[in-house]
Amino acid sequence: MLTPLKEFATDIRIQQMEEFKARGFGHVGGSLSITDCLAALYGGIMRIDPKNPNWEDRDRLVVSKGHSGPALYAALALKGYFPLETLKTLNQNGTTLPSHCDRNLTPGVDMTTGSLGQGASTACGMALGLKLSGKDSRVYLILGDGECQEGQVWEMALFAAQHKLGNFIAFLDYNKRQLDGYVTDICDLEDPAAKFESFNWYVKRIKGDDPDKIYETILETQKNQKDRPAMIVLDTVKGGGVKQIEDTTLNHHLNMTTELADEIIKQLIKQKEG
Amino acid sequence: MFKCIYNGEKETKAGKTVFGETIRKMIEEDPQVVYLDADLMNSIGTSGLEKSFPNQVIEVGIQEANMAGLSGGLSAVGKKPFMHTFASFAGRRCYDQVFISIAYAKNNVRVIGSDPGITSAYNGGTHMPFEDICLYRAIPHSTVIEFTDSAMTAALLPVIKERPGLTYCRLSRKNCIAIYSEDSVFEPGVANILRDGKDAVIFACGYMVSESLKAAETLEKEGISTAVVDMFTIKPLDTAKVLEFAEKTGAVVTAENGNVVGGLGAAVAGFLSETRPTPVIRVGVKDEFGQVGTPEYLAGVYGLTPADVVAAVKKSISLKK
Ligand SMILES: Cc1ncc(C[n+]2csc(CCOP(=O)(O)OP(=O)(O)O)c2C)c(N)n1
Repeated sequence: MLTPLKEFATDIRIQQMEEFKARGFGHVGGSLSITDCLAALYGGIMRIDPKNPNWEDRDRLVVSKGHSGPALYAALALKGYFPLETLKTLNQNGTTLPSHCDRNLTPGVDMTTGSLGQGASTACGMALGLKLSGKDSRVYLILGDGECQEGQVWEMALFAAQHKLGNFIAFLDYNKRQLDGYVTDICDLEDPAAKFESFNWYVKRIKGDDPDKIYETILETQKNQKDRPAMIVLDTVKGGGVKQIEDTTLNHHLNMTTELADEIIKQLIKQKEG
Repeated sequence: MFKCIYNGEKETKAGKTVFGETIRKMIEEDPQVVYLDADLMNSIGTSGLEKSFPNQVIEVGIQEANMAGLSGGLSAVGKKPFMHTFASFAGRRCYDQVFISIAYAKNNVRVIGSDPGITSAYNGGTHMPFEDICLYRAIPHSTVIEFTDSAMTAALLPVIKERPGLTYCRLSRKNCIAIYSEDSVFEPGVANILRDGKDAVIFACGYMVSESLKAAETLEKEGISTAVVDMFTIKPLDTAKVLEFAEKTGAVVTAENGNVVGGLGAAVAGFLSETRPTPVIRVGVKDEFGQVGTPEYLAGVYGLTPADVVAAVKKSISLKK
Protein backbone atom coordinates (compact mmCIF):
# COMPACT_ATOMS: atom_id res chain seq x y z
CA MET A 1 0.00 0.00 0.00
CA LEU A 2 1.28 3.43 -0.91
CA THR A 3 1.07 6.27 1.59
CA PRO A 4 -1.43 8.97 0.61
CA LEU A 5 1.40 11.27 -0.52
CA LYS A 6 3.07 8.55 -2.60
CA GLU A 7 -0.29 7.78 -4.16
CA PHE A 8 -0.74 11.46 -4.96
CA ALA A 9 2.72 11.54 -6.55
CA THR A 10 1.85 8.52 -8.66
CA ASP A 11 -1.36 10.17 -9.78
CA ILE A 12 0.59 13.29 -10.76
CA ARG A 13 2.88 11.07 -12.86
CA ILE A 14 -0.09 9.34 -14.49
CA GLN A 15 -1.73 12.64 -15.38
CA GLN A 16 1.52 14.02 -16.78
CA MET A 17 1.76 11.03 -19.05
CA GLU A 18 -1.79 11.72 -20.20
CA GLU A 19 -0.69 15.24 -21.14
CA PHE A 20 2.38 14.09 -23.07
CA LYS A 21 0.37 11.33 -24.71
CA ALA A 22 -2.25 13.78 -25.95
CA ARG A 23 0.40 16.14 -27.35
CA GLY A 24 2.86 13.49 -28.51
CA PHE A 25 5.97 15.12 -27.03
CA GLY A 26 7.17 17.32 -24.23
CA HIS A 27 9.68 18.10 -21.48
CA VAL A 28 9.29 14.72 -19.84
CA GLY A 29 12.49 14.26 -17.83
CA GLY A 30 12.46 17.47 -15.79
CA SER A 31 8.72 17.27 -15.17
CA LEU A 32 8.92 13.81 -13.66
CA SER A 33 11.83 14.73 -11.39
CA ILE A 34 9.94 17.48 -9.54
CA THR A 35 6.84 15.34 -9.03
CA ASP A 36 7.58 14.12 -5.50
CA CYS A 37 8.30 17.67 -4.39
CA LEU A 38 5.00 18.85 -5.87
CA ALA A 39 3.18 15.99 -4.12
CA ALA A 40 4.53 17.19 -0.77
CA LEU A 41 3.72 20.85 -1.48
CA TYR A 42 0.18 20.29 -2.77
CA GLY A 43 -0.38 17.29 -0.51
CA GLY A 44 -0.65 19.42 2.60
CA ILE A 45 2.26 21.82 2.94
CA MET A 46 0.89 24.74 0.98
CA ARG A 47 -1.94 26.91 2.30
CA ILE A 48 -4.17 27.11 -0.74
CA ASP A 49 -7.79 27.15 -1.81
CA PRO A 50 -8.28 25.62 -5.26
CA LYS A 51 -11.71 27.26 -5.47
CA ASN A 52 -10.09 30.62 -4.97
CA PRO A 53 -6.77 30.50 -6.86
CA ASN A 54 -6.12 34.19 -6.28
CA TRP A 55 -6.77 34.11 -2.52
CA GLU A 56 -4.57 36.83 -1.08
CA ASP A 57 -3.41 34.86 1.94
CA ARG A 58 -2.34 31.76 0.04
CA ASP A 59 1.18 30.39 -0.13
CA ARG A 60 2.89 30.79 -3.49
CA LEU A 61 4.93 28.46 -5.66
CA VAL A 62 7.25 29.49 -8.46
CA VAL A 63 8.41 26.68 -10.73
CA SER A 64 11.40 28.53 -12.08
CA LYS A 65 12.34 25.66 -14.37
CA GLY A 66 9.21 26.60 -16.25
CA HIS A 67 9.48 23.79 -18.79
CA SER A 68 8.30 21.47 -16.01
CA GLY A 69 4.84 23.00 -16.25
CA PRO A 70 3.21 19.68 -17.20
CA ALA A 71 3.99 18.28 -13.73
CA LEU A 72 2.53 21.36 -12.06
CA TYR A 73 -0.57 21.27 -14.27
CA ALA A 74 -1.21 17.65 -13.30
CA ALA A 75 -0.95 18.51 -9.59
CA LEU A 76 -3.26 21.51 -10.00
CA ALA A 77 -5.88 19.54 -11.92
CA LEU A 78 -5.82 16.77 -9.31
CA LYS A 79 -6.37 19.42 -6.63
CA GLY A 80 -9.40 20.69 -8.51
CA TYR A 81 -8.13 23.97 -9.94
CA PHE A 82 -9.47 22.90 -13.33
CA PRO A 83 -10.89 19.69 -14.87
CA LEU A 84 -8.58 16.76 -15.57
CA GLU A 85 -9.86 16.85 -19.15
CA THR A 86 -8.10 20.19 -19.67
CA LEU A 87 -4.76 18.38 -19.31
CA LYS A 88 -5.25 16.93 -22.77
CA THR A 89 -4.93 20.41 -24.26
CA LEU A 90 -1.25 20.73 -23.28
CA ASN A 91 0.44 22.81 -25.95
CA GLN A 92 -2.49 22.73 -28.34
CA ASN A 93 -3.35 25.85 -30.32
CA GLY A 94 -5.11 28.30 -28.00
CA THR A 95 -4.46 26.24 -24.85
CA THR A 96 -4.46 27.40 -21.21
CA LEU A 97 -1.60 24.96 -20.57
CA PRO A 98 1.48 26.14 -22.51
CA SER A 99 4.80 24.34 -22.35
CA HIS A 100 6.13 26.93 -19.91
CA CYS A 101 4.21 28.15 -16.83
CA ASP A 102 2.06 31.22 -17.40
CA ARG A 103 0.29 32.96 -14.52
CA ASN A 104 -2.15 34.67 -16.87
CA LEU A 105 -3.38 31.49 -18.49
CA THR A 106 -3.57 28.77 -15.85
CA PRO A 107 -5.54 28.92 -12.60
CA GLY A 108 -3.19 28.15 -9.71
CA VAL A 109 0.02 29.12 -11.47
CA ASP A 110 1.53 31.90 -9.39
CA MET A 111 4.29 33.10 -11.71
CA THR A 112 5.21 33.11 -15.38
CA THR A 113 8.50 31.31 -16.02
CA GLY A 114 10.46 29.77 -18.88
CA SER A 115 13.45 32.04 -19.19
CA LEU A 116 15.66 30.15 -16.75
CA GLY A 117 16.90 32.02 -13.70
CA GLN A 118 14.14 34.59 -13.63
CA GLY A 119 11.80 32.64 -11.37
CA ALA A 120 14.46 32.78 -8.68
CA SER A 121 14.15 36.55 -8.48
CA THR A 122 10.38 36.76 -8.87
CA ALA A 123 9.89 34.21 -6.08
CA CYS A 124 12.29 36.17 -3.90
CA GLY A 125 10.42 39.37 -4.74
CA MET A 126 7.13 37.76 -3.71
CA ALA A 127 8.65 36.64 -0.41
CA LEU A 128 10.00 40.14 0.16
CA GLY A 129 6.67 41.76 -0.70
CA LEU A 130 4.68 39.46 1.57
CA LYS A 131 7.13 40.09 4.39
CA LEU A 132 6.96 43.85 3.87
CA SER A 133 3.15 43.64 4.04
CA GLY A 134 3.32 41.71 7.29
CA LYS A 135 1.64 38.63 5.76
CA ASP A 136 2.44 35.15 7.02
CA SER A 137 2.18 33.44 3.62
CA ARG A 138 5.20 31.49 2.47
CA VAL A 139 6.85 31.35 -0.93
CA TYR A 140 8.26 28.15 -2.42
CA LEU A 141 10.62 28.00 -5.36
CA ILE A 142 11.77 25.10 -7.52
CA LEU A 143 15.10 25.57 -9.34
CA GLY A 144 16.84 23.33 -11.86
CA ASP A 145 20.49 22.41 -11.50
CA GLY A 146 21.33 23.54 -15.01
CA GLU A 147 19.36 26.66 -14.27
CA CYS A 148 21.73 27.45 -11.40
CA GLN A 149 24.40 28.21 -13.98
CA GLU A 150 22.60 31.52 -14.51
CA GLY A 151 24.24 34.27 -12.47
CA GLN A 152 20.80 35.61 -11.57
CA VAL A 153 20.27 32.69 -9.19
CA TRP A 154 23.31 33.68 -7.18
CA GLU A 155 22.41 37.36 -7.15
CA MET A 156 19.09 36.32 -5.66
CA ALA A 157 20.87 34.05 -3.16
CA LEU A 158 22.89 36.98 -1.84
CA PHE A 159 19.83 39.21 -1.69
CA ALA A 160 17.52 36.76 0.07
CA ALA A 161 20.00 36.21 2.88
CA GLN A 162 20.68 39.93 3.24
CA HIS A 163 16.95 40.58 3.59
CA LYS A 164 16.40 37.74 6.04
CA LEU A 165 13.59 36.10 4.10
CA GLY A 166 12.49 33.51 6.64
CA ASN A 167 9.27 32.98 4.66
CA PHE A 168 11.12 31.63 1.66
CA ILE A 169 11.96 27.98 0.88
CA ALA A 170 13.71 26.99 -2.33
CA PHE A 171 14.20 23.49 -3.69
CA LEU A 172 16.96 22.45 -6.03
CA ASP A 173 15.88 19.64 -8.34
CA TYR A 174 19.38 18.15 -8.38
CA ASN A 175 18.85 15.59 -11.11
CA LYS A 176 22.41 16.08 -12.42
CA ARG A 177 21.26 16.53 -16.01
CA GLN A 178 20.40 19.52 -18.18
CA LEU A 179 19.46 19.81 -21.86
CA ASP A 180 22.75 18.89 -23.49
CA GLY A 181 23.88 16.30 -20.95
CA TYR A 182 25.37 16.07 -17.47
CA VAL A 183 25.84 19.13 -15.31
CA THR A 184 29.29 17.87 -14.23
CA ASP A 185 30.49 17.84 -17.83
CA ILE A 186 29.09 21.27 -18.70
CA CYS A 187 29.47 23.62 -15.74
CA ASP A 188 29.49 21.81 -12.45
CA LEU A 189 27.58 22.82 -9.33
CA GLU A 190 29.71 20.49 -7.22
CA ASP A 191 28.24 20.74 -3.72
CA PRO A 192 25.29 23.13 -4.01
CA ALA A 193 24.39 22.64 -0.34
CA ALA A 194 27.79 23.97 0.72
CA LYS A 195 27.45 26.87 -1.70
CA PHE A 196 24.08 27.97 -0.32
CA GLU A 197 25.32 27.45 3.24
CA SER A 198 28.18 29.81 2.55
CA PHE A 199 25.60 32.32 1.31
CA ASN A 200 24.07 32.08 4.80
CA TRP A 201 21.00 30.06 3.85
CA TYR A 202 19.45 27.33 6.02
CA VAL A 203 20.23 24.18 4.01
CA LYS A 204 19.08 20.55 3.95
CA ARG A 205 20.03 17.89 1.43
CA ILE A 206 17.87 14.78 1.04
CA LYS A 207 16.91 12.17 -1.50
CA GLY A 208 14.15 13.67 -3.57
CA ASP A 209 12.14 10.61 -4.50
CA ASP A 210 10.05 10.29 -1.34
CA PRO A 211 7.24 12.82 -0.85
CA ASP A 212 6.79 11.84 2.81
CA LYS A 213 10.43 12.57 3.54
CA ILE A 214 10.21 15.86 1.64
CA TYR A 215 7.08 16.77 3.61
CA GLU A 216 8.81 16.13 6.91
CA THR A 217 11.89 18.05 5.86
CA ILE A 218 9.83 21.08 4.90
CA LEU A 219 8.06 21.12 8.28
CA GLU A 220 11.38 20.83 10.06
CA THR A 221 12.86 23.58 7.89
CA GLN A 222 9.97 25.92 8.62
CA LYS A 223 10.60 25.40 12.31
CA ASN A 224 14.33 25.94 12.18
CA GLN A 225 15.08 28.42 9.42
CA LYS A 226 14.14 31.42 11.59
CA ASP A 227 14.96 34.53 9.59
CA ARG A 228 17.01 32.76 6.98
CA PRO A 229 15.94 31.73 3.48
CA ALA A 230 16.06 27.96 3.14
CA MET A 231 17.37 25.66 0.42
CA ILE A 232 16.36 22.02 0.31
CA VAL A 233 18.59 20.21 -2.15
CA LEU A 234 16.69 17.23 -3.57
CA ASP A 235 18.85 14.48 -5.02
CA THR A 236 16.63 13.33 -7.84
CA VAL A 237 16.86 11.47 -11.13
CA LYS A 238 15.82 13.12 -14.39
CA GLY A 239 12.77 11.14 -15.46
CA GLY A 240 12.38 10.03 -11.83
CA GLY A 241 9.77 7.38 -11.10
CA VAL A 242 9.56 6.03 -14.64
CA LYS A 243 12.30 3.55 -15.42
CA GLN A 244 12.11 3.85 -19.21
CA ILE A 245 12.57 7.61 -19.05
CA GLU A 246 15.28 7.50 -16.36
CA ASP A 247 17.24 5.15 -18.60
CA THR A 248 17.00 7.39 -21.65
CA THR A 249 20.25 9.40 -21.63
CA LEU A 250 18.98 12.54 -23.32
CA ASN A 251 15.52 12.73 -21.80
CA HIS A 252 14.99 16.47 -21.65
CA HIS A 253 12.46 16.71 -24.44
CA LEU A 254 11.01 13.48 -25.79
CA ASN A 255 8.52 12.19 -28.26
CA MET A 256 5.78 10.28 -26.49
CA THR A 257 3.97 7.66 -28.50
CA THR A 258 0.57 6.46 -27.34
CA GLU A 259 2.04 2.98 -26.87
CA LEU A 260 4.87 4.14 -24.61
CA ALA A 261 2.57 6.43 -22.63
CA ASP A 262 0.03 3.65 -22.11
CA GLU A 263 2.74 1.23 -21.06
CA ILE A 264 4.01 3.73 -18.48
CA ILE A 265 0.53 4.56 -17.23
CA LYS A 266 -0.23 0.86 -16.80
CA GLN A 267 2.98 0.46 -14.84
CA LEU A 268 2.10 3.38 -12.57
CA ILE A 269 -1.43 2.11 -11.93
CA LYS A 270 0.05 -1.24 -10.95
CA GLN A 271 2.31 0.52 -8.43
CA LYS A 272 -0.75 2.12 -6.89
CA GLU A 273 -2.56 -1.16 -6.59
CA GLY A 274 0.57 -2.61 -4.96
CA MET B 1 25.39 35.33 -57.81
CA PHE B 2 22.36 33.48 -56.59
CA LYS B 3 19.80 31.25 -58.21
CA CYS B 4 16.21 31.17 -56.98
CA ILE B 5 14.84 27.62 -57.03
CA TYR B 6 11.59 28.38 -55.20
CA ASN B 7 8.73 26.05 -56.02
CA GLY B 8 6.99 25.96 -52.64
CA GLU B 9 8.81 22.80 -51.47
CA LYS B 10 10.73 22.48 -48.24
CA GLU B 11 14.45 21.81 -48.17
CA THR B 12 15.50 18.24 -47.57
CA LYS B 13 17.86 19.20 -44.76
CA ALA B 14 16.90 20.89 -41.52
CA GLY B 15 18.43 24.27 -40.76
CA LYS B 16 20.13 22.87 -37.69
CA THR B 17 21.80 20.08 -39.66
CA VAL B 18 23.32 22.51 -42.12
CA PHE B 19 24.32 24.86 -39.31
CA GLY B 20 26.11 22.05 -37.47
CA GLU B 21 27.91 20.92 -40.62
CA THR B 22 29.01 24.44 -41.50
CA ILE B 23 30.27 25.24 -38.02
CA ARG B 24 32.25 22.00 -38.08
CA LYS B 25 33.78 22.86 -41.43
CA MET B 26 34.83 26.33 -40.30
CA ILE B 27 36.39 24.90 -37.14
CA GLU B 28 38.37 22.40 -39.20
CA GLU B 29 39.58 25.06 -41.61
CA ASP B 30 40.30 27.92 -39.23
CA PRO B 31 41.91 27.31 -35.83
CA GLN B 32 40.86 30.76 -34.65
CA VAL B 33 37.14 29.93 -34.81
CA VAL B 34 35.57 29.32 -31.40
CA TYR B 35 31.98 28.15 -31.10
CA LEU B 36 30.13 28.80 -27.84
CA ASP B 37 26.70 27.56 -26.81
CA ALA B 38 24.48 27.89 -23.74
CA ASP B 39 23.06 24.37 -23.36
CA LEU B 40 21.33 24.28 -26.72
CA MET B 41 23.79 22.25 -28.77
CA ASN B 42 21.33 19.39 -29.01
CA SER B 43 18.77 21.79 -30.40
CA ILE B 44 21.00 23.28 -33.07
CA GLY B 45 22.92 20.33 -34.48
CA THR B 46 26.28 21.01 -32.85
CA SER B 47 26.22 18.40 -30.09
CA GLY B 48 29.31 16.26 -29.90
CA LEU B 49 31.56 18.94 -31.44
CA GLU B 50 32.88 19.81 -28.00
CA LYS B 51 34.35 16.32 -27.77
CA SER B 52 36.00 16.43 -31.20
CA PHE B 53 37.26 20.00 -30.89
CA PRO B 54 37.72 20.77 -27.19
CA ASN B 55 39.94 23.75 -27.99
CA GLN B 56 37.41 25.37 -30.29
CA VAL B 57 33.99 24.41 -28.97
CA ILE B 58 32.88 25.61 -25.56
CA GLU B 59 29.66 24.42 -23.96
CA VAL B 60 29.24 27.30 -21.54
CA GLY B 61 26.11 26.11 -19.76
CA ILE B 62 22.93 28.07 -19.16
CA GLN B 63 24.50 31.51 -18.84
CA GLU B 64 23.89 33.65 -21.87
CA ALA B 65 25.19 36.88 -20.34
CA ASN B 66 28.43 35.24 -19.34
CA MET B 67 28.70 33.71 -22.82
CA ALA B 68 28.39 37.13 -24.47
CA GLY B 69 31.10 38.54 -22.23
CA LEU B 70 33.32 35.52 -22.85
CA SER B 71 32.88 36.03 -26.59
CA GLY B 72 33.97 39.64 -26.28
CA GLY B 73 37.07 38.54 -24.39
CA LEU B 74 37.87 35.79 -26.87
CA SER B 75 37.69 38.30 -29.70
CA ALA B 76 39.99 40.66 -27.81
CA VAL B 77 42.73 38.03 -27.87
CA GLY B 78 42.31 37.25 -31.56
CA LYS B 79 39.73 34.48 -31.65
CA LYS B 80 36.73 34.46 -33.99
CA PRO B 81 33.80 33.62 -31.73
CA PHE B 82 30.39 32.40 -32.84
CA MET B 83 27.90 32.21 -29.98
CA HIS B 84 24.51 30.55 -30.18
CA THR B 85 21.34 30.52 -28.13
CA PHE B 86 17.65 30.84 -28.95
CA ALA B 87 16.91 34.23 -30.55
CA SER B 88 14.73 35.10 -27.55
CA PHE B 89 17.67 34.82 -25.17
CA ALA B 90 20.25 36.15 -27.66
CA GLY B 91 18.34 39.40 -27.61
CA ARG B 92 16.91 39.72 -24.16
CA ARG B 93 19.09 37.76 -21.81
CA CYS B 94 22.47 39.27 -22.67
CA TYR B 95 21.70 42.59 -24.32
CA ASP B 96 23.91 44.79 -22.19
CA GLN B 97 26.83 42.37 -22.48
CA VAL B 98 26.41 42.26 -26.27
CA PHE B 99 26.06 46.04 -26.42
CA ILE B 100 29.03 46.92 -24.21
CA SER B 101 31.47 44.01 -24.18
CA ILE B 102 31.06 43.20 -27.86
CA ALA B 103 29.82 46.17 -29.87
CA TYR B 104 30.95 49.22 -27.91
CA ALA B 105 34.30 47.61 -27.10
CA LYS B 106 34.70 46.94 -30.85
CA ASN B 107 35.11 43.23 -30.56
CA ASN B 108 34.25 40.96 -33.47
CA VAL B 109 31.56 38.48 -32.52
CA ARG B 110 28.89 36.62 -34.44
CA VAL B 111 25.72 35.99 -32.45
CA ILE B 112 23.40 33.28 -33.78
CA GLY B 113 19.78 33.43 -32.58
CA SER B 114 17.72 30.36 -33.50
CA ASP B 115 13.95 29.81 -33.63
CA PRO B 116 12.96 33.27 -34.85
CA GLY B 117 9.40 34.50 -34.38
CA ILE B 118 6.60 31.99 -34.81
CA THR B 119 9.02 29.19 -35.70
CA SER B 120 9.61 28.72 -31.97
CA ALA B 121 6.11 27.19 -32.02
CA TYR B 122 5.53 25.04 -28.94
CA ASN B 123 8.05 26.83 -26.78
CA GLY B 124 5.52 29.63 -26.47
CA GLY B 125 5.56 33.23 -25.29
CA THR B 126 8.75 33.17 -23.22
CA HIS B 127 10.71 31.77 -26.14
CA MET B 128 9.05 33.58 -29.06
CA PRO B 129 11.32 36.36 -30.29
CA PHE B 130 9.44 39.12 -32.07
CA GLU B 131 11.85 41.79 -30.82
CA ASP B 132 15.36 40.56 -31.59
CA ILE B 133 15.67 42.39 -34.92
CA CYS B 134 14.70 45.64 -33.24
CA LEU B 135 17.11 45.10 -30.36
CA TYR B 136 20.08 44.26 -32.56
CA ARG B 137 19.30 47.05 -35.04
CA ALA B 138 19.51 49.50 -32.17
CA ILE B 139 23.13 48.64 -31.44
CA PRO B 140 25.37 51.12 -33.31
CA HIS B 141 27.33 49.74 -36.28
CA SER B 142 25.80 46.27 -35.93
CA THR B 143 25.04 43.94 -38.82
CA VAL B 144 21.68 42.17 -38.68
CA ILE B 145 21.03 39.21 -40.98
CA GLU B 146 18.25 36.68 -41.26
CA PHE B 147 19.16 33.49 -43.11
CA THR B 148 16.41 32.79 -45.63
CA ASP B 149 17.18 29.10 -46.04
CA SER B 150 19.96 26.58 -45.46
CA ALA B 151 21.75 27.28 -48.71
CA MET B 152 22.21 30.82 -47.46
CA THR B 153 23.24 29.66 -43.98
CA ALA B 154 25.99 27.49 -45.45
CA ALA B 155 27.19 30.18 -47.82
CA LEU B 156 27.08 33.17 -45.49
CA LEU B 157 28.52 31.80 -42.24
CA PRO B 158 32.08 31.67 -43.65
CA VAL B 159 31.66 35.23 -44.96
CA ILE B 160 30.43 36.43 -41.59
CA LYS B 161 33.41 34.75 -39.94
CA GLU B 162 35.61 37.49 -41.38
CA ARG B 163 33.21 40.36 -40.75
CA PRO B 164 34.37 42.95 -38.22
CA GLY B 165 32.18 44.11 -35.34
CA LEU B 166 28.95 42.60 -34.10
CA THR B 167 26.95 40.45 -36.50
CA TYR B 168 23.61 39.03 -35.45
CA CYS B 169 22.07 36.20 -37.47
CA ARG B 170 18.55 34.82 -37.17
CA LEU B 171 18.40 31.15 -38.02
CA SER B 172 15.55 28.65 -38.28
CA ARG B 173 16.47 25.17 -37.06
CA LYS B 174 13.65 23.51 -38.98
CA ASN B 175 13.31 22.79 -42.69
CA CYS B 176 12.71 26.08 -44.47
CA ILE B 177 11.02 26.39 -47.83
CA ALA B 178 13.88 26.22 -50.33
CA ILE B 179 14.62 29.53 -52.00
CA TYR B 180 18.22 29.28 -53.22
CA SER B 181 20.35 26.77 -55.08
CA GLU B 182 23.24 25.34 -53.09
CA ASP B 183 25.86 27.11 -55.19
CA SER B 184 24.36 30.55 -54.58
CA VAL B 185 26.67 33.28 -53.35
CA PHE B 186 25.51 36.12 -51.10
CA GLU B 187 26.93 39.42 -50.04
CA PRO B 188 25.91 41.05 -46.77
CA GLY B 189 24.16 44.33 -47.50
CA VAL B 190 23.12 43.36 -51.02
CA ALA B 191 19.44 42.40 -51.26
CA ASN B 192 18.28 39.76 -53.74
CA ILE B 193 15.56 40.45 -56.30
CA LEU B 194 13.67 37.17 -56.40
CA ARG B 195 10.90 38.37 -58.63
CA ASP B 196 10.50 41.54 -60.64
CA GLY B 197 7.26 43.52 -60.82
CA LYS B 198 5.90 46.94 -61.65
CA ASP B 199 2.76 47.53 -59.57
CA ALA B 200 4.13 46.95 -56.09
CA VAL B 201 7.15 45.60 -54.22
CA ILE B 202 7.42 43.37 -51.17
CA PHE B 203 10.59 43.64 -49.10
CA ALA B 204 10.67 40.45 -47.05
CA CYS B 205 13.02 38.53 -44.80
CA GLY B 206 13.26 35.06 -43.30
CA TYR B 207 10.06 33.04 -43.02
CA MET B 208 8.13 35.73 -44.88
CA VAL B 209 10.16 35.43 -48.09
CA SER B 210 8.38 32.26 -49.22
CA GLU B 211 5.03 33.59 -48.00
CA SER B 212 5.60 36.74 -50.05
CA LEU B 213 6.47 34.71 -53.15
CA LYS B 214 3.20 32.81 -52.68
CA ALA B 215 1.36 36.10 -52.34
CA ALA B 216 2.99 37.44 -55.51
CA GLU B 217 1.79 34.37 -57.43
CA THR B 218 -1.76 34.97 -56.26
CA LEU B 219 -1.54 38.65 -57.18
CA GLU B 220 -0.15 37.78 -60.60
CA LYS B 221 -3.30 35.77 -61.29
CA GLU B 222 -5.31 38.87 -60.46
CA GLY B 223 -3.23 40.90 -62.85
CA ILE B 224 -1.13 42.68 -60.22
CA SER B 225 2.57 42.56 -60.98
CA THR B 226 4.50 42.37 -57.70
CA ALA B 227 8.24 42.33 -57.11
CA VAL B 228 9.69 40.36 -54.20
CA VAL B 229 13.05 41.34 -52.76
CA ASP B 230 14.80 39.25 -50.11
CA MET B 231 16.17 41.72 -47.56
CA PHE B 232 18.22 39.11 -45.72
CA THR B 233 20.50 41.89 -44.52
CA ILE B 234 18.20 44.02 -42.42
CA LYS B 235 21.08 46.25 -41.40
CA PRO B 236 22.86 47.79 -43.19
CA LEU B 237 19.79 48.23 -45.36
CA ASP B 238 20.26 47.95 -49.12
CA THR B 239 18.93 51.48 -49.61
CA ALA B 240 19.75 51.52 -53.32
CA LYS B 241 17.33 48.67 -54.00
CA VAL B 242 14.69 50.06 -51.67
CA LEU B 243 14.83 53.35 -53.52
CA GLU B 244 14.90 51.75 -56.95
CA PHE B 245 11.80 49.64 -56.33
CA ALA B 246 9.94 52.36 -54.47
CA GLU B 247 10.44 54.61 -57.50
CA LYS B 248 9.55 51.90 -59.95
CA THR B 249 6.38 50.68 -58.22
CA GLY B 250 5.29 53.48 -55.89
CA ALA B 251 3.70 50.90 -53.57
CA VAL B 252 5.76 49.22 -50.87
CA VAL B 253 5.02 46.32 -48.52
CA THR B 254 7.38 44.89 -45.94
CA ALA B 255 6.99 41.41 -44.46
CA GLU B 256 8.77 40.00 -41.43
CA ASN B 257 8.36 37.29 -38.82
CA GLY B 258 8.54 39.66 -35.88
CA ASN B 259 7.19 42.82 -34.32
CA VAL B 260 6.67 45.71 -36.74
CA VAL B 261 8.10 47.93 -33.99
CA GLY B 262 11.71 48.51 -34.90
CA GLY B 263 11.94 45.75 -37.49
CA LEU B 264 12.57 45.54 -41.24
CA GLY B 265 9.41 47.49 -41.99
CA ALA B 266 10.47 50.27 -39.67
CA ALA B 267 13.86 50.40 -41.38
CA VAL B 268 12.36 50.60 -44.87
CA ALA B 269 9.66 53.11 -43.89
CA GLY B 270 12.16 55.26 -42.02
CA PHE B 271 14.52 55.38 -44.97
CA LEU B 272 11.79 56.09 -47.54
CA SER B 273 10.07 58.78 -45.53
CA GLU B 274 13.33 60.73 -45.49
CA THR B 275 14.25 60.18 -49.14
CA ARG B 276 11.18 59.45 -51.23
CA PRO B 277 7.93 59.39 -49.24
CA THR B 278 6.02 56.33 -50.41
CA PRO B 279 3.17 54.37 -48.80
CA VAL B 280 4.66 51.47 -46.83
CA ILE B 281 2.38 48.77 -45.43
CA ARG B 282 4.08 46.60 -42.84
CA VAL B 283 3.16 42.94 -42.50
CA GLY B 284 4.40 41.66 -39.16
CA VAL B 285 3.36 41.09 -35.58
CA LYS B 286 1.38 44.09 -34.36
CA ASP B 287 2.97 44.66 -30.96
CA GLU B 288 1.90 41.35 -29.42
CA PHE B 289 3.54 38.67 -27.27
CA GLY B 290 4.02 35.12 -28.49
CA GLN B 291 2.11 31.98 -27.50
CA VAL B 292 2.26 28.25 -28.13
CA GLY B 293 0.95 26.76 -31.36
CA THR B 294 1.91 25.39 -34.73
CA PRO B 295 3.62 27.91 -37.03
CA GLU B 296 0.63 27.67 -39.40
CA TYR B 297 -1.79 28.49 -36.58
CA LEU B 298 0.41 31.30 -35.31
CA ALA B 299 0.78 32.77 -38.81
CA GLY B 300 -3.01 33.09 -38.84
CA VAL B 301 -3.16 34.61 -35.36
CA TYR B 302 -0.48 37.22 -36.04
CA GLY B 303 -1.34 38.08 -39.64
CA LEU B 304 1.66 36.50 -41.34
CA THR B 305 -0.08 34.47 -44.05
CA PRO B 306 0.21 34.95 -47.82
CA ALA B 307 -3.36 36.30 -47.69
CA ASP B 308 -2.21 39.01 -45.28
CA VAL B 309 0.56 39.93 -47.69
CA VAL B 310 -1.89 40.04 -50.59
CA ALA B 311 -4.16 42.38 -48.64
CA ALA B 312 -1.22 44.60 -47.74
CA VAL B 313 -0.12 44.86 -51.37
CA LYS B 314 -3.63 45.90 -52.42
CA LYS B 315 -3.74 48.47 -49.67
CA SER B 316 -0.37 49.93 -50.65
CA ILE B 317 -1.50 50.19 -54.28
CA SER B 318 -4.71 51.92 -53.20
CA LEU B 319 -2.62 54.52 -51.37
CA LYS B 320 -0.55 55.40 -54.46
CA LYS B 321 -1.01 58.95 -55.58
C1 LIG C 1 17.50 31.61 -20.13
C2 LIG C 1 17.24 30.31 -20.78
N1 LIG C 1 18.22 29.74 -21.51
C3 LIG C 1 18.00 28.57 -22.16
C4 LIG C 1 16.78 27.95 -22.07
C5 LIG C 1 16.51 26.65 -22.83
N2 LIG C 1 16.39 25.52 -21.89
C6 LIG C 1 15.19 25.09 -21.46
S1 LIG C 1 15.31 23.89 -20.32
C7 LIG C 1 17.00 23.88 -20.42
C8 LIG C 1 17.79 22.95 -19.55
C9 LIG C 1 17.42 23.10 -18.12
O1 LIG C 1 18.20 22.31 -17.29
P1 LIG C 1 17.79 22.15 -15.76
O2 LIG C 1 17.64 23.48 -15.13
O3 LIG C 1 18.78 21.23 -15.14
O4 LIG C 1 16.36 21.51 -15.82
P2 LIG C 1 15.99 19.94 -15.83
O5 LIG C 1 17.17 19.20 -16.31
O6 LIG C 1 15.69 19.62 -14.43
O7 LIG C 1 14.80 19.81 -16.70
C10 LIG C 1 17.43 24.84 -21.34
C11 LIG C 1 18.83 25.11 -21.67
C12 LIG C 1 15.78 28.59 -21.30
N3 LIG C 1 14.55 28.08 -21.18
N4 LIG C 1 16.04 29.75 -20.66
